[in-house]
Amino acid sequence: MTPPITMAKALNNGLRKAMETDPKVLIMGEDVGKLGGVFRITDGLQKDFGEDRVIDTPLAESGIIGTAVGLAIRGYRPVCEIQFDGFVFPGFDQIVSQVAKMHNRSAGQLRMPITIRIPFGGGIGAVEHHSESPEAYFAHTAGLRVLACSNPSDAYWMIQNAIADDDPVIFFEPKRLYHGAKGEIEDEPYPLYNARVVRPGRDVTLIAYGPTVATALKSAAIAAEDGVELEVIDLRSVSPLDMPTIVESVQRTGRLIVVHEAPHSFSVSSEIATRVMEQAFYSLEAPVLRVTGYDTPYPPSRLEHEWLPNVDRVLDTVDTIMEY
Amino acid sequence: MTAHVHAVQPEPNMVQLLTPEGQRVEHPDYSLDISDDEIAGLYRDLVMVRRIDTEAIALQRQGELGLWASLLGQEAAQIGAGRALRTQDMAFPTYREHGVAWCRKVDPLTLLGLFRGTNLGGWNPNENNFNLYTIVIGAQTLHATGYAMGIVRDGAVGSGDPDRDTAVLAFFGDGASSQGDVNEAFVFAAAGNLPVVFFCQNNQWAISEPVERQSRVPLYKRSAGFGFPGVRVDGNDVLASLAVTRKALDDARSAQGPTLIEAFTYRMNPHTTNDDPRRYRLGSEDETWKLKDPIARVRAYLTREARVASEFFDEVEQDAKKLAEHIRAGCRVLPDPTPESLFDNVYVDMPDEVSEQRTEFTQFVRSVEAVPA
Repeated sequence: MTPPITMAKALNNGLRKAMETDPKVLIMGEDVGKLGGVFRITDGLQKDFGEDRVIDTPLAESGIIGTAVGLAIRGYRPVCEIQFDGFVFPGFDQIVSQVAKMHNRSAGQLRMPITIRIPFGGGIGAVEHHSESPEAYFAHTAGLRVLACSNPSDAYWMIQNAIADDDPVIFFEPKRLYHGAKGEIEDEPYPLYNARVVRPGRDVTLIAYGPTVATALKSAAIAAEDGVELEVIDLRSVSPLDMPTIVESVQRTGRLIVVHEAPHSFSVSSEIATRVMEQAFYSLEAPVLRVTGYDTPYPPSRLEHEWLPNVDRVLDTVDTIMEY
Repeated sequence: MTAHVHAVQPEPNMVQLLTPEGQRVEHPDYSLDISDDEIAGLYRDLVMVRRIDTEAIALQRQGELGLWASLLGQEAAQIGAGRALRTQDMAFPTYREHGVAWCRKVDPLTLLGLFRGTNLGGWNPNENNFNLYTIVIGAQTLHATGYAMGIVRDGAVGSGDPDRDTAVLAFFGDGASSQGDVNEAFVFAAAGNLPVVFFCQNNQWAISEPVERQSRVPLYKRSAGFGFPGVRVDGNDVLASLAVTRKALDDARSAQGPTLIEAFTYRMNPHTTNDDPRRYRLGSEDETWKLKDPIARVRAYLTREARVASEFFDEVEQDAKKLAEHIRAGCRVLPDPTPESLFDNVYVDMPDEVSEQRTEFTQFVRSVEAVPA
């Protein structure tokens, strides 16, 4: 094992590895070159791989994604950085109507091995459009895969595997954890599209992904002191969903809480609750409950800690589900 | 309501090498070294693609196609541009570039699938270097620009090797010129000095909206603000369209960056077979443009100036008839997709959830089929 590193460094190492492995891998985005990205995720890569492979693009998200489509047709494997979650929408049409559909439109003859990295989630005291969680929009779109890493080791391996994948991947990175807790990098990657039980428990299954995995783990540690054992699942893949792992857990615990920062309605938790109802109805001892952002725009930062799922809200929901 | 701004010149100053009357004229910047045999070849192209169009419209009327986007009136712009391409060049069409497809040796039947509803395109862009039709207007200009970024990274520009140096030809229309994607493509192409030529067929109408709804300046002048040359060509003149596109593609291949071409032409037919232009334009306008027909002028030249024998025109007519038969017969037997194919090629690697849906769907379809009528 190597010494522990931050998620930012793990992503940087993963991107470097991907570029070394495949000369067709390109990085493109705003400020990704000399600056190394506003979060420094691409730090030093332009210096080592050159301006042709680490491309500072004009400030136009549709342009970034649209040109990545053309590069993919030409045989390249572009990795696009969208600077902040709320800035992906100018590129939304290219992602949903072109990236996601080109393989299908061409009857399988074109591939779009494009990875779109998006720093997401809140809690950093930012201004508007810098704290959003837009994953459901993409999970709703056939042809896309949607991932969210939650720790340095997964970040290192998942970004490499996402880039190597021949399907387009929307890769969400929990920005407030970039420069947070360090972690060791495992020797082998966990299967890319599998959820992982990160803390076993018998009473309640707690599903989280990206930034809320840390919240879920903290909640589980506190609940354990009261004798309630939460099983925490790190979803890792939002689309496809690893239902076997989820169902197996719910069949044991009989109770499920889903935690995410994205707003409540029509969300990833809506889908998980529905599928658990379809696939594990008789195992449920209580309705599936959710701890999420509210159905409002992301609030001004002075209010964000009230809005975001936190340990108190999770534990309160654990009480509710245990009392049901 | 503010006054309607008519900023676009009604009589544009544009490159022309063959007048509507069939007279060759010279242009100081765009000379074209072309034999009468080659001009006869272009004539044949024009007639053939008009026939493709005529047949497709008839097939739509007979219920064999759900829709057709006619190219009538735009044949010269498309054949001129298409014939300027070299084998290694890549074309990115909208959904109306049937003439360019012809130049790229794409069987017209291949184009019919998406209009018949048997597929969404389904051809391999790398087979003939002709990309899939793109229906979201302007989106393909960014794909073209990205492809040009790839060409640069492959070292396939400015090497001086005519078989290696590669350019991209991106098609769009006057309506799409308002799209953000087109303007972003201009920005990326200019900033990267990319080997891409933007070929705008200004056919005067974006469905019902006249071009002055899109622009206060002639469209070719848009490029100036982005820092690359723009030229307006008579889009009903196949020779001028060929000469201007050839020059722009040569510039692109030799690392001199992008060009915007505005091919000034006219959409003689409705936007698609579903459109009714009587609601928004006068018939007299169509009549004016009929006098500028792209095929009649080439025929006039070949007959009067080149003294081409009438047998040639008969031969072309015979070839067009054969092509029409090929299209009629082929369209009707285009295979319907099987229900199971719904789930094909959504992903390279089909996720379990899609595979489960396919199984369920297939079982359901079979169970319904098994029920006696």
